[in-house]
Amino acid sequence: MKEVVLTPKEQPSYGLIAECISCDVFAGKSIDEIKALPVYYGNKQGELGDFFEISGEVASSAEEQRIVIAGDVPKTRWIGKEMSAGEIVVKGSAEMYVGAWMRGGKIIVEGNVGAFSGMLMQGGELYVKGNAGDYLGCSYRGEWRGMRGGTIIVEGNAGMEVGQNLNGGRIFVKGSVESFAGVRMKKGLLVVGSATDRVGAQMVGGTIVVLGNVLRLLPSFDPAGEVENPSVADESFEGVFNKYTGDHAERHAKGVLYVRKE
Amino acid sequence: MQRYTDVICSFCGTLCDDIEVVVEDNKIVDVKHACRIGTAKFLASNDYEHRLLKPMVRKNGKLVEVSLDEAIEEAARILKDATKPLLYGWSSTSCEAHSVGVELAEELGGVIDNTTTVCHGPSVLAIHDAGYISCTLGEVKNRADLIIYWGANPMHGHPRHLSRYSIFPRGYFRERGQQDRELIVIDVRKTDTAKIANKFIKVNYGEDYELISALRKVVNGGELREESVAGVPREEIIALAEKMKNAQFGVLFFGMGLTQSYGRHRNIDNAINLVRDLNAHTKFVIMAMRGHYNVTGFNEVLSWQAGFPYAVDFGRGYAWYNPGETTANDVLQRGECDAALIIASDPVSHFPRKSIEHLARIPFIAIDIHPTPTTQLADVVIPSAIAGIEVEGTAYRMDAVPLRLRKVKEPPEGVLSDVEILRRILARVRGEEALTAKAEVAK
Repeated sequence: MKEVVLTPKEQPSYGLIAECISCDVFAGKSIDEIKALPVYYGNKQGELGDFFEISGEVASSAEEQRIVIAGDVPKTRWIGKEMSAGEIVVKGSAEMYVGAWMRGGKIIVEGNVGAFSGMLMQGGELYVKGNAGDYLGCSYRGEWRGMRGGTIIVEGNAGMEVGQNLNGGRIFVKGSVESFAGVRMKKGLLVVGSATDRVGAQMVGGTIVVLGNVLRLLPSFDPAGEVENPSVADESFEGVFNKYTGDHAERHAKGVLYVRKE
Repeated sequence: MQRYTDVICSFCGTLCDDIEVVVEDNKIVDVKHACRIGTAKFLASNDYEHRLLKPMVRKNGKLVEVSLDEAIEEAARILKDATKPLLYGWSSTSCEAHSVGVELAEELGGVIDNTTTVCHGPSVLAIHDAGYISCTLGEVKNRADLIIYWGANPMHGHPRHLSRYSIFPRGYFRERGQQDRELIVIDVRKTDTAKIANKFIKVNYGEDYELISALRKVVNGGELREESVAGVPREEIIALAEKMKNAQFGVLFFGMGLTQSYGRHRNIDNAINLVRDLNAHTKFVIMAMRGHYNVTGFNEVLSWQAGFPYAVDFGRGYAWYNPGETTANDVLQRGECDAALIIASDPVSHFPRKSIEHLARIPFIAIDIHPTPTTQLADVVIPSAIAGIEVEGTAYRMDAVPLRLRKVKEPPEGVLSDVEILRRILARVRGEEALTAKAEVAK
């Protein structure tokens, strides 16, 4: 794999829209061409080279391309938008919309990611070593078909509405999540370390697994006995779990919620 | 002496259209039919002591009186120099002003947002997800036999809502008025509206969502396992669900108690779905108790000009909308905007401290009718005339029915309408020669 290194310079306070940071866009370009790629902040347009020192080797295809962002980019948004192949490594924290509409390849963030990361993902993998913000793996406002495929793994915690409208794919949050995890979920798998309340609110399908405890379950979930070592698709989970079905506020709901028994 | 009838009251979203106003020597001497708040607003227009009358610009840290042209010029300069200007407020002025405001935001490539962001913004997000099964207030008056106020206290916020539309009026199918209707109030405390209700249901603070879920489960034929949900006993939830299913025409009015409590837009999402479920059994509708008199109007205007109801960022030349990123408080708290124009609103009194800390750091323009904490912090202050009393315009009632605001008296000398002020700022931003006050008179 050939590697291009972006070393962040000063970040604009307005928020930097850098959807060009994607292996698909970089592949086949020269370093000078990459430096001249457009980025947007406020009502201005700039060049990627204004905000990053750029060096390294460019591959001819996205599959062979790796992009390393060597530091914190706390104001940079849309990293890896619509990426289909290759790898992006962020050696720090990034802001909103990391891996939105991603179709393939891999994004590794060593710090935290902001809200709306993994929005409407269709494939590939987003791996976050720190925490994620609200709306991890969500859909866009009013879009009822959310994330369709791919995998999101978060080592830390995540905010509200993880996997909102989830319609396929898998989300693993090893830490805790705030309320409304898996809200309006339809398909797919959501695994969380622990949750506060309103898990699986308005879900009609798919599976949520809580490996720790849930502070409070919704009254519209019904218990369906205990299950030992449940397996969902090709994932299996060790231990005894309480099984619930729901959310029966919705008609014909077929969602399943496993909560590990203490 | 001049008597005006059918004047629209420009205070709350009820937009009462039956006000009588008597004017003598350009002073309002009598107001009939309006509530206490509305009456106070009409009468306060006589009080020039507490009005902004002269444009001001901050020089060496102090606001000093300047000519209108200088204030407009300075406002245009601040906005033009900005990379990410925020245009906020809008809910207490006319749609004509909104229209120019959206044009200005697009010209500047700025972010435009209104007070929806801190009131029924969550309702808008829920409507994106769940739709909106609603009607006009006239239908409520003529048909509704079950009225529910959830997290709303119209006795204080919309004083004539009960008497004009929901409980007391005699309607076409409700000839005996109040006797033909039933009022249920669901709230965290026994409000003054709850005191006159046939039934008051006290819900635990922050557990509205659970109660709605339980209601939906019962309405959809499920069984409730819990003895009580959100502090409401099971029997009471089942009885409420039965009552809702058996109503001839039910209305669920909801307010800030639902939109700004724990769960926010998901509370509304669930409530709209409850109403959808109820329509399998009877006719049921839902309506947001909009606060400012023309907050709905801004949502309408922005929707037809930019495609989205609030919080639009024109930074890239087209409208981008995602509350959480483009909403006023988020833009302020992340320190993104570098200038602002605040019109017909007082965020310094109402926004979180962190937002105001950033607002205080950046240059901003305030356009308002009277001094507020916001105008005291502003760098340019431009006085404006009161829409609905001193200038005409269009406003949208909470049920999205447009009504024509009337002019009953002249504004203070030299004070322009919001529309005219914004047109002049827009002209200067575009580098066109704005009409000066003198040229306007000559014309």
